[in-house]
Amino acid sequence: MGAAASVCVGSEPSSPAQIWHALFTPSGTTMDVTIRELRWPRTLTGIAAGICLGVAGTLTQGHTRNAVADPGLLGINQGAALAIVAVTAVAGQQLPLVQAVLAFAGALLASVLVFLIGTASRHGQTPVTLVLAGAAVTALCTGLVTGIVLLNAAALDTLRFWQVGSLAVRNDALPAVWPFLLAGLLLALLNIPALNTLALGEDTATSLGTSLLRARCAGIAAITLLAGTAVTLAGPIAFAGLLVPHLARALVGADYRWLVPASAVLGAALLLLADTAGRVIARPGELSVGVVLAVIGAPFFVILARRRKLVTV
Amino acid sequence: MSTSVADRPQAAFRSVRVLRLGPVSVRFRPRGLAVGAVLLVLLVAAMAVHLAHGGTALAYPDVLRAMFGDATDAKIHLAVTEFRAPRMVAAVIAGSCLAAAGAVTQTVARNPLASPDVLGVTAGASLGAVAVLIAAGGGAAGLSGAAAVVGMPLAAFAAGVASGVAVYLLAYRGGIDSYRLVLVGLGINGFAVSLTTWLLTLGDVTSAAQALTWMMGSLNGKDWPLVAPMLGLAAGLLTAAAAGGSRLLLASLGDDTAVGLGTRIGAVRLTMLSIAVLLASVGTVVAGPLVFVALASPQIARILTGAVVPPVAASALTGAVFVLLADTAAANALALPLPVGVVTSVVGAPYLIYLILRYQRRLT
Repeated sequence: MGAAASVCVGSEPSSPAQIWHALFTPSGTTMDVTIRELRWPRTLTGIAAGICLGVAGTLTQGHTRNAVADPGLLGINQGAALAIVAVTAVAGQQLPLVQAVLAFAGALLASVLVFLIGTASRHGQTPVTLVLAGAAVTALCTGLVTGIVLLNAAALDTLRFWQVGSLAVRNDALPAVWPFLLAGLLLALLNIPALNTLALGEDTATSLGTSLLRARCAGIAAITLLAGTAVTLAGPIAFAGLLVPHLARALVGADYRWLVPASAVLGAALLLLADTAGRVIARPGELSVGVVLAVIGAPFFVILARRRKLVTV
Repeated sequence: MSTSVADRPQAAFRSVRVLRLGPVSVRFRPRGLAVGAVLLVLLVAAMAVHLAHGGTALAYPDVLRAMFGDATDAKIHLAVTEFRAPRMVAAVIAGSCLAAAGAVTQTVARNPLASPDVLGVTAGASLGAVAVLIAAGGGAAGLSGAAAVVGMPLAAFAAGVASGVAVYLLAYRGGIDSYRLVLVGLGINGFAVSLTTWLLTLGDVTSAAQALTWMMGSLNGKDWPLVAPMLGLAAGLLTAAAAGGSRLLLASLGDDTAVGLGTRIGAVRLTMLSIAVLLASVGTVVAGPLVFVALASPQIARILTGAVVPPVAASALTGAVFVLLADTAAANALALPLPVGVVTSVVGAPYLIYLILRYQRRLT
């Protein structure tokens, strides 16, 4: 409990962003406007996307019992991005609300596809098949997204957004999608008891009275909602959903009652820190948050892969 | 793995014929030769289609005349010799080098998933090339002179080797476990790709064509100054790789058997892997980190030839045909020309999925 509280305080999200920003634009009045009009919405977007990614990552790892699972690595985020891009290309720019719904459809399709491929083995899934299936789906979706965006002669910045993920472009989407964020979080909270019993194995969970079907459906619904919301807000970001659950587990242990809230807070903190770092490193331009997270996340992924036992979640 | 002898019993060996001419004897397999000849014909056909349909469609006789120096129609002559021919050669180099590299790594690792694109070697090579591009202040104009001919391939090779070695060392824990190798490779791949994105942002590479080349793989705007020196390198490396093929076959029997048959397994593995990384780097310098060419081509060639391990020469031919066709499709399928990497990833991803479904039983 103390750990969770200290995490909450330690990552008070708006102050680092504001301080960093105040350092870079020291002109008094402009700064106020910048912070109110640009930085604050961006920070809120970052918090929301971070919460989504963190919790979605924890749920994904909990349901697959796979330490290297992450909605970004498994192609779920790319699927959501593909759905948005495809419909935008055919029918023109959509409202954030419509985009969110599209993102859910894409995320759902991609996650069902990946889980089907990853579990089609007669010896049960292994960490590597799931991640490889994710890599295949990611490659497919990335290729299609690139093709569609190029055909529409859009600017390279837009392309980068749907390929990597950034907090710089779309700070207007939050007012439209927050109900989905809340719904996803609610489903995730309802899913917690089931996750705790599932951690003991499917058979034990069933004998403890957990309905597998209901738990899985709630889990996939929550992952889809959260990942789709995150993509609508910040594009397809990988590795955040991988890092956050491990950090949270190190801090509060394996109990999902603590893990899920801690992941939400840590996710928000991580995304904001990475976004800030991206702005500091690549001045006067900026490095999108997805790239920063991949630079941090990929070595961590390698460390996880080196562990002897992967299925330990 | 598909490459172990137990899977494909003696049939593949039984079909070997030996040709003796005095003191010289050559082993060959009739089916391998036949498939090789067919692939060669396909390659020539694909090259012709690529030249004729790499943009506005040209008539084949016109293309042929222009190739042999007939400059009566200056526009066609220019388009064919200065724009399409180097692009076509680039496609052949990229396809054959990546595929041959894949054939070697898949055989050495005895794992059909162990190809330079899955293991992050091409992404690393791309990172090295971009680093030189940025360090030389290369914006939209690109590189020229020594930096382009020597610097970029060298850097690509150095970075490709570095990522290959990193993957191997990081995946090594008292032996190489095939799925740890693949996971570590994916991690290194993600790392290299994100660093490349970062460098492209840093260097303010505004030209979409350049950024796409280094992120997805593209053959747009390849010209002779870049392609010509790579042609020599590629030819040498491909010969070396093909010459090492019989040693690879021994290596694929497993360490103990190979040593028992008189192979210096460590040396063979080191030489062949170095050649493979070099090949992958050359392919990447020419066309960027094209995905799935190195993964799919060797296995297609293996199935076509009925061989035990992916044959290097047939893989190279298959890869060249694959990239040529993919680039022709990319140029013509839709209203605007797409980078070839889009086509290889869309075609290759289902193959990877198939591979997962087919082989995961053995990966576990």
